[in-house]
Amino acid sequence: MSAAPVTRIVRLVAWREILMRLRSVSFLVSTGILLLVALGSTLVGGLAAANPEDTRVAVVAGVEVGDLPGVEQIPVPDRAAAEQLLVDGDADVAVVASDATPLGIALVGDDRVPLDVIQLFSVSPPIELLDPDATNPFLAYLVALAFGLVFFISAMTFGTTIAQSVVEEKATRVIELLVAAIPTRALLTGKILGTSVLAVAQIVLISGVAILGSALSGQHSLLPDLGPAILWFAVFFVVGFVLLASLFAATGALVSRQEDIGSTTTPVTMLVMIPYFVVVFLNDNALVVTIMSYVPFSAPIAMPLRVFLGTAEWWEPLLALGILVVTTVALVALAARIYERSLLKLGARVGWREALSRS
Amino acid sequence: MLQARGLTKSYGARRVLDDVTFDVAPGRMTGFVGGNGAGKTTTMRIILGVLDADAGSVTLDGTPLGPDDRRRFGYMPEERGLYPKMRLEEQLVYFARLHGLSAPAAQSNARDLLERLGLTERAGDALEKLSLGNQQRAQIAAALVHDPDVLVLDEPFSGLDPMAVETVVEVLRERASRGIPVLFSSHQLDIVERLCDDLVIIADGVIRAAGPREELRERHAVLRYRLDAADTAWLDATPGVTVVERDAAGAEFEADDAATVQRVLADALARGPVTDFSRRRPRLADIFREVVA
Repeated sequence: MSAAPVTRIVRLVAWREILMRLRSVSFLVSTGILLLVALGSTLVGGLAAANPEDTRVAVVAGVEVGDLPGVEQIPVPDRAAAEQLLVDGDADVAVVASDATPLGIALVGDDRVPLDVIQLFSVSPPIELLDPDATNPFLAYLVALAFGLVFFISAMTFGTTIAQSVVEEKATRVIELLVAAIPTRALLTGKILGTSVLAVAQIVLISGVAILGSALSGQHSLLPDLGPAILWFAVFFVVGFVLLASLFAATGALVSRQEDIGSTTTPVTMLVMIPYFVVVFLNDNALVVTIMSYVPFSAPIAMPLRVFLGTAEWWEPLLALGILVVTTVALVALAARIYERSLLKLGARVGWREALSRS
Repeated sequence: MLQARGLTKSYGARRVLDDVTFDVAPGRMTGFVGGNGAGKTTTMRIILGVLDADAGSVTLDGTPLGPDDRRRFGYMPEERGLYPKMRLEEQLVYFARLHGLSAPAAQSNARDLLERLGLTERAGDALEKLSLGNQQRAQIAAALVHDPDVLVLDEPFSGLDPMAVETVVEVLRERASRGIPVLFSSHQLDIVERLCDDLVIIADGVIRAAGPREELRERHAVLRYRLDAADTAWLDATPGVTVVERDAAGAEFEADDAATVQRVLADALARGPVTDFSRRRPRLADIFREVVA
């Protein structure tokens, strides 16, 4: 027998992980649902953007308004009827006759009059923008949410998957056969590799469907802006995912029954959830986003967001990626140690101290 | 030749293995016998490298075992376990390939073994769909599927019905006859007695006896005889004779020396017809009781 063909073993283990996942009905169904959501939300979002709702304007009899774009005119007999519509919320604004101005009309609103309606009846000076590309804050929120959701959902579902797969081998005792046959590191590497391949494949599929949905509903314009951010997201995602996957594997290895997984993986779950909520809810706070873009656990969400917003210098993603890679290497080594030490300890939960001890 | 030398293992203050030394010769079936908690499983796990010994070594043909050597071992752990949701044949192929076989070789080995063990019809079923007995056969198949150079089987016969025991005995004999060392543990002393060429008896982590079965039987042989006759009650009063068992047909006794045996036979014939007079060689259960006590 020649030297152990470790890469072959890693490939075999990864292949099994992928195969078993692809056979799992729950995995296929959840992927299908995600794809439908991605397609549906981009299609609906695109159509809604293409057909914004008309402003409903109650027009009192006798007032001539003419044809206005984006306005649904509701003829009403008198001012009282118009006010009733406003109070009921069936009209956004009413146009009534008025002698007070040379125009001969007045606008009546419930608690305010929409600016765009005022503009319809106004003469504006010409407008010039010095920074026409400045990002719409709502769009920034959407992008943060999208990156955050994708990373969050993938890390949680596939992280849990890998933890379950580790526990399955302990719970079914097949682990002893595996440990006798192959190096534990090859087993761990194969598991992380297989799960990562699946996670990336799922993301690519979802992105593809989302791009298709955008194209179908006519929103090509966003893609060029998002391109670099998406590329960076992809790079950060792969590294960040490996980091989390190894932590999930290590924490999964501490228990011997599926029911106990939650008790040890919770800290890792927190590491996924907290950055997600911080970035999504504080995405308008430049300082917080800048800090989060360097923290390894939130960098996969925050740095691509900054690239999209144009607030990152060219070297910043590289630096953040460097930090992430170094952290990943260190934590994977730690995770491998915990994993190796805990695999054959069946029965009671393995304590952190025991898993990390030197002996 | 697989050799365990001076294996010692403690859990805290409790010493579970103490200077365990024995050989497993190629081409021979070695039975590993001992009570619960005697140290059989611990020894086997150390041989497989699943557990580290505090002291001692395991060598194969004189060289210390490394991971690459152990990949050529076939192992059946005490705690059974395969992937419940994986199909049987697929699973065997997977394990064969993990042990270094090429895909076609793994495939053909898996098919052959399923055939031998009567599992061919189940090849496409998930493991969890099989009966317990069939899962046990699958576990044996998983230990054999990569044509191992050494077999270490912890209780391979527990949970098998008598038919399956025969099949597995046959398969293991065939493997041993190809010249590989086979070490197996069992509680079922009658099976060990019938199957093994060599014996290793362990109690409280200490090897109490080891060697070829026939040699052990000779070493522990006493002058024990069976006498079947109408009346055996007089044996109790015969000097130099101890009656060990008595039943309707006659009695079994141990004699102090060969001359006493001859005298008993002559007396018996004088008292009436003798239907059986024969030497009783010690059974494994007897040897076991003697060395473990």
